[in-house]
Amino acid sequence: MRQGGRVGLGLVLPLALAIGWEIAVDSGLVSGRLLPPPSRIGATLLDLAASGDLLMHVEATLIRVGLGFLWGAAAGILAGALVATLPILRWLVDPSVQALRAVPSLAWVPLFILWFGILETPKVLLIAVGVFFPVYVGVSGAIASVDRKLVEVGRIFRLSRLALAWRILLPAVLPATLVGLRTGLGLGFLFVVAAELMGASEGLGYLLVDGQQFSKPDQIVAAIITFALAGKLADMVLVTLTRPLTRWQDTARESL
Amino acid sequence: MTGATVQVGRGPSLQPLTQDTPVLIVDDLSKTYADGTQALSGISLSVRPGEIVALIGGSGCGKTTLLRLIAGLDHASRGTVQVDGETIREPHPNVGVVFQEARLLPWLNVAGNVGFGLAGLPRSERRARVARALERIGLAEHGGRWPRELSGGQQQRVAIARAFVTHPRVLLLDEPFSALDAFTRRDLHDQLLGLWGETKPTILLVTHDVGEAVTLADRVVVMRPRPGRLDETIDIGLARPRDPVAAHHEGAVRRVMAALDRSLRPAATHPPLAPETRAAWW
Repeated sequence: MRQGGRVGLGLVLPLALAIGWEIAVDSGLVSGRLLPPPSRIGATLLDLAASGDLLMHVEATLIRVGLGFLWGAAAGILAGALVATLPILRWLVDPSVQALRAVPSLAWVPLFILWFGILETPKVLLIAVGVFFPVYVGVSGAIASVDRKLVEVGRIFRLSRLALAWRILLPAVLPATLVGLRTGLGLGFLFVVAAELMGASEGLGYLLVDGQQFSKPDQIVAAIITFALAGKLADMVLVTLTRPLTRWQDTARESL
Repeated sequence: MTGATVQVGRGPSLQPLTQDTPVLIVDDLSKTYADGTQALSGISLSVRPGEIVALIGGSGCGKTTLLRLIAGLDHASRGTVQVDGETIREPHPNVGVVFQEARLLPWLNVAGNVGFGLAGLPRSERRARVARALERIGLAEHGGRWPRELSGGQQQRVAIARAFVTHPRVLLLDEPFSALDAFTRRDLHDQLLGLWGETKPTILLVTHDVGEAVTLADRVVVMRPRPGRLDETIDIGLARPRDPVAAHHEGAVRRVMAALDRSLRPAATHPPLAPETRAAWW
């Protein structure tokens, strides 16, 4: 089936559910008090957008995710590269990192609040923690599994250490690193909700809390939809920016 | 005591530089692994400039180990390798290698792979050499393709071109055609000889294919296993280009086969069974 057709098919189910719910509420079959119909959610979204509130909340959330992503990714790449290249560090550090990785993210929240208060620092830090682990795992795994046979090709052509890193190691680890970054960005959006639920005066997470406390389900659903769009958009930006770097490994793209 | 004696006339630098001065000298090379396995024992071999020597033998006779020592990828337990009078301790700029697998870098296109070892050259020279090599191996139109889009034979051709374009004095080929079908192999033999004709590097070819050895080599050296050592040497002495179905070619194949056969029969090292042992079988 053509690509357009597949996308169209994927839209059938959500559209049918939305239209069905709209009709059900409209005809009085259900009240729609706890789950408002799409028209009411759309109106709420438009109101929020028109007042400029939506943009303000989206901006606050994106800045937190962006900062957390930068810190987490930088730390993940650095730690992953060090642990993969220095055996002593791998034996010393990696077991502890793997143990910390097993801690559920939300378990950090009380501790971070105690340590850093409830302002921006603990929020960005929590997101950075979420981003760190997939990037760390991706980078260290990629470096550890670089094909020794390709490194030998570099030795045959007498590459210096720097040239070997630049011309063979870097391109070899790039795909797995990018997968790690992409997973990390997804987790960043997951963690920003947790961060904003711990107390915020702006951000999409604040809209969720506010909607719950003042019983505004339309606002909650509107915030959820905005989260989905923002997350998807950020992912698309990351993929588009990095696609030229991994063009060589795409096998299926031409045939799509 | 031997360390104090002055060696006269052994190093190539002390000999007059004639056509027959060996470019590659392997002297008493041995390799024992950490677990005590002896892979190679007392290998000595010298190869003249432009000569093609085939190393032939069954698996486990240390052919690849020998090649890796000459390439400077591994270190010998004893003995030396010299190229142009320089002792090899690590990969040498005058020594090129083609591995059993193509080992192309998947993130570089075909032209990028062929020119991988030419980073030090000016761009125009690099382009010219890559273009000429691609022409030679029949991939002139495919410089922009990715390695994954090529067949196995095409990939190995790119690997051979990559080794040739740096104009090495010595080229080491480690069973580069063993994974290819017979037709592709024939084709690649021709292209290898075409590339060889341009700069005439010395070639040391590891193979387990007698036909391939006789088609390509001036000299075939048979190796014996456990520990790996050199056995008989057969001078092929056929003019190029060679015709693999001609009678004299067949004769050379038979001579190598016979030598290979002798190397596989350990009769010389083990005495025949004593008469009383034989009698017990009756």
